[in-house]
Amino acid sequence: MSLSVALNRFGLGARPDELVHSDSQAWLVTQLLSYDPLPAAWKQQPRTATLVGTWNDMQRSVRMAPEGQRSGIREQYLRDGSLVYQAAVGARTASALESSTPFVERLVHFWSNHFAVSVDKLLIVGLAGSFEADAIRPNVLGRFEDLLLAAVRHPAMLLYLDQAQSAGPNSGMASRGRGLNENLAREILELHTLGVRTGYTQEDVKEFARALTGWTLPGENASGDSTFRFVPSLHEPGSRVLLGKTYSDTGEGQARAMIHDLASAPATALHVARKLAQHFVADEPPQALVLRLAKVFTDSGGDLQEIYKVLISSPEVWQTNHSKFKSPWDWTISSMRALGRRSVAPSQVTALLTQLGQPVWRPGSPAGFKDTTSTWAAPDALMRRVEIAQRLAQESGDSVDARILAPRVLPDVLTEATSNAIARAESRGTAVALLLISPEFLRR
Amino acid sequence: MNIDRRNFLGATTLLAAPILSFANALTDRRFVFILQRGAADGLNIVIPYADPNYVKLRGSLAIETAAPMKLDGTFALHPALAQIRKMYADKEATFFHAVASPYRDRSHFDGQNVLESGSKIPYQLKTGWMNRLLSLLPRHGKEAIAFSSAVPLALQGTYDVTTYAPSSLPEANEDLLMRVQQLYATDRQLNPLWTSALEARGMASGQMQGGDKRQNDAALGKIAAGFLANPKGPRVAMIETSGWDTHSGQNERLDRQLRGLDALIGGLKEGMGSAWSKTVVLVATEFGRTVAANGTGGTDHGTASAAMLLGGAVQGGRIVSDWLGLASSNLFEGRDLQPTLDLDVLISSVCAQAFQLDTELAQKMMFPYATGKKSISTLLLS
Repeated sequence: MSLSVALNRFGLGARPDELVHSDSQAWLVTQLLSYDPLPAAWKQQPRTATLVGTWNDMQRSVRMAPEGQRSGIREQYLRDGSLVYQAAVGARTASALESSTPFVERLVHFWSNHFAVSVDKLLIVGLAGSFEADAIRPNVLGRFEDLLLAAVRHPAMLLYLDQAQSAGPNSGMASRGRGLNENLAREILELHTLGVRTGYTQEDVKEFARALTGWTLPGENASGDSTFRFVPSLHEPGSRVLLGKTYSDTGEGQARAMIHDLASAPATALHVARKLAQHFVADEPPQALVLRLAKVFTDSGGDLQEIYKVLISSPEVWQTNHSKFKSPWDWTISSMRALGRRSVAPSQVTALLTQLGQPVWRPGSPAGFKDTTSTWAAPDALMRRVEIAQRLAQESGDSVDARILAPRVLPDVLTEATSNAIARAESRGTAVALLLISPEFLRR
Repeated sequence: MNIDRRNFLGATTLLAAPILSFANALTDRRFVFILQRGAADGLNIVIPYADPNYVKLRGSLAIETAAPMKLDGTFALHPALAQIRKMYADKEATFFHAVASPYRDRSHFDGQNVLESGSKIPYQLKTGWMNRLLSLLPRHGKEAIAFSSAVPLALQGTYDVTTYAPSSLPEANEDLLMRVQQLYATDRQLNPLWTSALEARGMASGQMQGGDKRQNDAALGKIAAGFLANPKGPRVAMIETSGWDTHSGQNERLDRQLRGLDALIGGLKEGMGSAWSKTVVLVATEFGRTVAANGTGGTDHGTASAAMLLGGAVQGGRIVSDWLGLASSNLFEGRDLQPTLDLDVLISSVCAQAFQLDTELAQKMMFPYATGKKSISTLLLS
């Protein structure tokens, strides 16, 4: 088994000091056991419940303030939120740089993008980090349904896709001018579970949206650790029909029952299988692999660890054909890991990823960033990587010898052409830059 | 023909009365070291135009030297160095030829390590000669700055050194762009992307443009001067330049490199204002390039090269060299310019004179292996 595949395709790129299991597959499976959902860098960040408290405090202040002062309070909330966001970007980066379970860390990034929230909606800028920390990180090795539930019930998602405001047309609150919002319901069907054009109709979207009414953020009097609330007075009364099945009105449980069925639907298994295969193998993944992953998804009841294990043992992922072009995040993290960096100023990460076109937690839509080569391999993007490689190399000074580093971070895939280019570089810095932008380092 | 270095050496023992009182070395001199990473081609910078073997071995790479660039009956300056040529006329520039560190192999990394660490053997010393120089300077003089994102080896050591690099993302240097082009040449996906990236920047292969570079380099010179001209600012500084490894397309590339260097020095002089009279700039590279042109319009790694001393404090208008000529019997290993002047001696002599240090002590601290070598006197105005 190619060590390079384990380090770069499954992992986040080798660190020069990383101890690697001689058995690549076993090394990956071991990571499933030693993963830390809340590593040191994340422990220092405020948790979701705390941030919800801040949100409620802001809401209350706005309500009680005279009209003229309200926008000032909201602006201050966003400024504070931006600081929380920056710090969380730092935590995500530090966690990726330090991690000794880089495969699972990659899965965190994968799922965080699958259930994407975007700080394009400025209101959630302070919550984006806690979404990854509290909804994604604890659930990436569990069951898909639990991960899905945690994601769609997190305040960041409830606000991002406008669920928090949604009210049933016949609910108690309808008379106060509130109405139904389909956004979350549609994206759960289209992006999170079944996938687009898998047979659901506009009426299915509406029915699901009606069932979801009442799912919102904790109120001002909530206990300190709650992050979700069901408000009966927002909930649309009555039984609902989704994809031909009738769900009786059990309040909060109605949408939960729908989500349970969506999580175990064959279309969901195929959708998730295809996305995983695309992430780990190729833009157009082999159908046999997709079907194999979908089967274990269904057979195991969406047990993610079982799915990962089948992925690890699939021959398709172990071909060193370099079919995946690294995303800006992957490339930046693998570059810094290769240079042995353990911490980076959060503002530098934010700036780099923005320059490279993949700002953290800020995709252009709820679909997340695309996971295909054509999204990232473009002329100007390549030039920017070269410029950043030069900058990173300069920052590493003369502490890194690329001649020694190259075979360590690109074992069994380093080409003679790249080796020679590195050896002939006119300075250590140029040699490091060449390693980082070499064809084999740009891909995984 | 040239001022013979032996004349200097003869005088050295008389002039080098020990000045051990470094605590009293109250000097406001500024010393700037400009490192040319990549092995700058001394033979096409300070050109031995009168040597018949020059044109013979260099062929189409030989630089035609118009009268204004001639320095004396033997050497001419590359035409891109107009401002530096004027400094020479104003006696603010001295050139040194056939200069080399003790390193005799041809690896950039190892050669730069030897030059910067001040060791005879690569990777033997972990600190740099510039930082060790700081230990000899009075308290205020210990402030040093590197105009780069990280402290270069030459300035690493006991004393803290400031770094300064423009915060915006710098454009990738031309040398790197060309190497990337070679690296992607056979990659079916990356090659077309890279070609169009270069085209978008108006620098498709073979016609890269140097206009911006000159402006950037002049700006860097002025930025550096902004720190150094300040009476309370650093006294010792280092500037790294790259792109000197001209294995191909040498004439165009070296022309751009030298225009950049000329602009850098010009910007520095302009920015220093009256403090230029107290300034000493040393320009040097890790090793030189082959005397003969190679088969790809360039030159390969060689041995001795040229160095420059520039500034208002320089006793200039001179060329210092034991010039053996380019006859094949005089070449190092039959291919390279034979070293006749030790770069370590040049550096320690310059620094000792700049800061009124005891020459022997300076040499011992900066280049321990070279202790006892004869120094070069009267490089600077006293």
